[in-house]
Amino acid sequence: MTETTIEVSTPALRSRSWRGRLHALYLRSDALKGFTLLSPTLLVMGLTMCIPFGIMVVMSFWTQIGFEFDTAFSLVNYAEAVEKPVYRALLLRSLTISAICTVATVLVSYPMAYYVAFHVRRHKMAWIILMTVPFFSSYLLRIFAWKVILGYNGVINSGLKGLGLIEQPLAFLLYSPTAVVITLAHAWAAFAILPIYISLEKIDRSLIEAATDLGDGPVKRFLGITLPLSMPGVIAASLMIFIPTVGDYVTPTLVGGPDGLMIANLIQAQFGLVNNWPMGAALALDMMLVVAVISLLYIWLTRKVTENIA
Amino acid sequence: MNEVSYIDRPNRPLFFYAILYLAFLYIPVLFLPLFSFNDNIYIAFPLKGFTTQWYVAMFNDQPMWAALNNSLRVACVSSAIATLLGLFGAKAVTRYRIPGVKPIIFVIMLPMVVPLIIMGVALLILVTRLGFNLSLYTIAMAHVLISVPFAMATLMSRFEGFDPSMEEASSDLGAGPWSTFWRVTLPMVAPGIVASFLLCFTISFDEFIMAFFLGGTDPTLPIFIWGQLRFPFRLPGVLALGSLILIISFVLVFFALWLRRWGVEDTKSGI
Amino acid sequence: MTNNDAFVSLVDVSKHFGSVVAVDHLSFTIDSGEFFSLLGPSGCGKTTVLRMLGGFESPTTGEIYIDGTPMSEVPPHHRPTNMVFQNYAIFPHLNVRANIAYGLRYDKIEKAEVARRVEEALEMVKLPGFGKRRSNELSGGQRQRVALARALIKRPKVLLLDEPLGALDKKLREEMQLELRALQESVGITFIFVTHDQEEALTLSTRIAVMARGKALQVASPKDLYNRPVSVEVADFIGQMNFVEAQVIDVRNGEAVLDTAGLGKITTAANSDFIHKDAAIIVAIRPEKLLLSADRQSENQAAVQGTLKTSAYLGDRNHFYVSVEGAERPLAVAATEAEVSGEKPFDHESTVWLSWADNALILLPRD
Repeated sequence: MTETTIEVSTPALRSRSWRGRLHALYLRSDALKGFTLLSPTLLVMGLTMCIPFGIMVVMSFWTQIGFEFDTAFSLVNYAEAVEKPVYRALLLRSLTISAICTVATVLVSYPMAYYVAFHVRRHKMAWIILMTVPFFSSYLLRIFAWKVILGYNGVINSGLKGLGLIEQPLAFLLYSPTAVVITLAHAWAAFAILPIYISLEKIDRSLIEAATDLGDGPVKRFLGITLPLSMPGVIAASLMIFIPTVGDYVTPTLVGGPDGLMIANLIQAQFGLVNNWPMGAALALDMMLVVAVISLLYIWLTRKVTENIA
Repeated sequence: MNEVSYIDRPNRPLFFYAILYLAFLYIPVLFLPLFSFNDNIYIAFPLKGFTTQWYVAMFNDQPMWAALNNSLRVACVSSAIATLLGLFGAKAVTRYRIPGVKPIIFVIMLPMVVPLIIMGVALLILVTRLGFNLSLYTIAMAHVLISVPFAMATLMSRFEGFDPSMEEASSDLGAGPWSTFWRVTLPMVAPGIVASFLLCFTISFDEFIMAFFLGGTDPTLPIFIWGQLRFPFRLPGVLALGSLILIISFVLVFFALWLRRWGVEDTKSGI
Repeated sequence: MTNNDAFVSLVDVSKHFGSVVAVDHLSFTIDSGEFFSLLGPSGCGKTTVLRMLGGFESPTTGEIYIDGTPMSEVPPHHRPTNMVFQNYAIFPHLNVRANIAYGLRYDKIEKAEVARRVEEALEMVKLPGFGKRRSNELSGGQRQRVALARALIKRPKVLLLDEPLGALDKKLREEMQLELRALQESVGITFIFVTHDQEEALTLSTRIAVMARGKALQVASPKDLYNRPVSVEVADFIGQMNFVEAQVIDVRNGEAVLDTAGLGKITTAANSDFIHKDAAIIVAIRPEKLLLSADRQSENQAAVQGTLKTSAYLGDRNHFYVSVEGAERPLAVAATEAEVSGEKPFDHESTVWLSWADNALILLPRD
């Protein structure tokens, strides 16, 4: 029995061609295999989101002259976005409407989520489906339904009139910021209730039972355990309502009237009638930045408050 | 101490609240079918009489059928692509150790939180700078963008629920990567694929804002409806259409949720 | 340098996961037809080694050879290995027959032959007639057998088993251990078996690699591991062992004079490098090699006096714990019923004598 030496060298070095070496590297690397699989998705996302976004940023520094773009770097659009009263006012109004809508929706949805999470024993799935399915109907038509309800000759008015409670139809219902808030709240409630429900469902029941054991009353239990532990869900729901609604274009158009216009309408106009694309880009980015800052502030604030209650 | 624990005690006030909440949620939506059968061209109380004329009118509306056709095609194509991308992405992210995977997932999920108008605007700029025409293709592309996060989330949860050693076992027994995918991965994620497809389909079918920004001469159904809303005499017909869409969406969602539950028992049965 | 006769060899294999070193410069060989076990606590790297053998992980450095062929560019589906996974990985969407036949498709075998082999495999794992069942209709033990059949039907050169008996209850596990040993002997395939249960490893294996922290502490037959462990860690891991600190007073003519903390002053054969004058070492002795008696048996044999602290009756044997002067912990003594039958029962706190044969002592370095 003779012992022979076998050369120990990594296969990459043994292979003559660079192709062989590359192949060996690929086989050894878990990360590379994963990346290859991920690449189509990343490519598409990059192409449809990152690159357009980048172009939009670049364009916001241009100016529009007639049908051409002046590509010289300029902060004129941003200056206008920040200084001109109409832009400021509309942005502020959009933020306010979204904020009110968010608060209202979360407040209204929370007890519902709480009920299903804690007090429903059987058929939980049925309740969840009931709660969320409305979201999957046509968005346009849900808004339109409110137009029907709140309108001059709409359901509420003709109903109240028929009952003899009012003489003249209530005009403030439709074509106002109020209408926008109500409509948005209704439209997004079904979507936003899910994160709240999930975080409530996840709470370990034995924590609450332990607190009961130790003598805490229902209010203390809620404030001390349930509420803080459900905060991640509340934060998620809030952001899920706030961020998209700030940029909503359809609802203000249908039920907002001139008083209910939001910043998205203005942005859309820049790409339509007004034909000032760089301005539109700047306004869009301006809106996004403000929303991002507010969101981060919100997350930070709620974390602080939660730490202090618990 | 009460015999029944605090949690189990049926809570009357909350129950009534829940019923009220559901009423608030559904009643506005239920007005649509209500008035779609109303024999009155104006949408107002009192109800005048039962009629199916609006449904008949809608059935005979050629442009409506064209728009519906467009929506179906865009939804099918974008859902298929989004689901495929979500499938590869979910597998990559759950089965391989990719450095920086968390930021990557964050970026892929971004469309879920960015306002649609922003993405619509950005895509519009890209498409026009590249010199392309706006058409159903551009709408489909936009819909792929917003559907991929949902497809990925659905499929990621499906992949996480099934044991990676299944695929390793298949590979160990001699199946190459394609064979493993076809014989083991696909059958086991199938319910997730269907659920993802249905979800993306619903999102695309109903989507208005991006279709509005990126559409050309061929309208999708939401754009068609938007156009009709300007004409009062068209309204009942629109309601008829809307009611039908409502019912179909409900059915699809029920189906998708039922599918998710049906598949779940199959996973991790080796333990 | 590798031995040409070795069937499986690992040459300086390391595996890093980021900054974690799971396997650290591992080198050993396995011969054809062996039942080889990788034994160690969780996190020692044994499963990682198995996965590298199967092709599911690639070594960061080093090379693995199976039957003389380097495996680094060979993906799992081309390797001459098959694996039985820890949780069996039975495909839930296929029935038992389809599961077992799964891999045969790639060996290009005719349908009739496939059917015949599947029946044969079912017989071999004692599951005749189970062909139509599905995974959720099988118990844990049955799934394990299906996993075995599915792997063995491919007639691999090496069968890899990843703690396959871990999920079974004790009785079933013992039954399966014997069946596995018998199966391996009849089929003649090299088995590489991962476990954290040292009793299991001792029962089944022809050789065992004891691993910890990514390194192989000792690779030897069960007998050698038990009677001639090379370190305190290995000795402690396998079976029960008594450890006594000692100081080497003198070394002369292959014999060492030791001053021990508990067994008194002893002279014993000593051949190892670490035994030199003034060295601090450990003396180890198995509980069953210590003889317990009420009086000192003979002046010639090494013995020490102690106090009986506790005893435990285990049916077939007794465990006694005797405290001796100088030793921190009581020494464990194992005696069969036969060995104590002549003596009168030992009272607690009574004085007893411990004696041992010279070749029962194991000298180990102190680290």
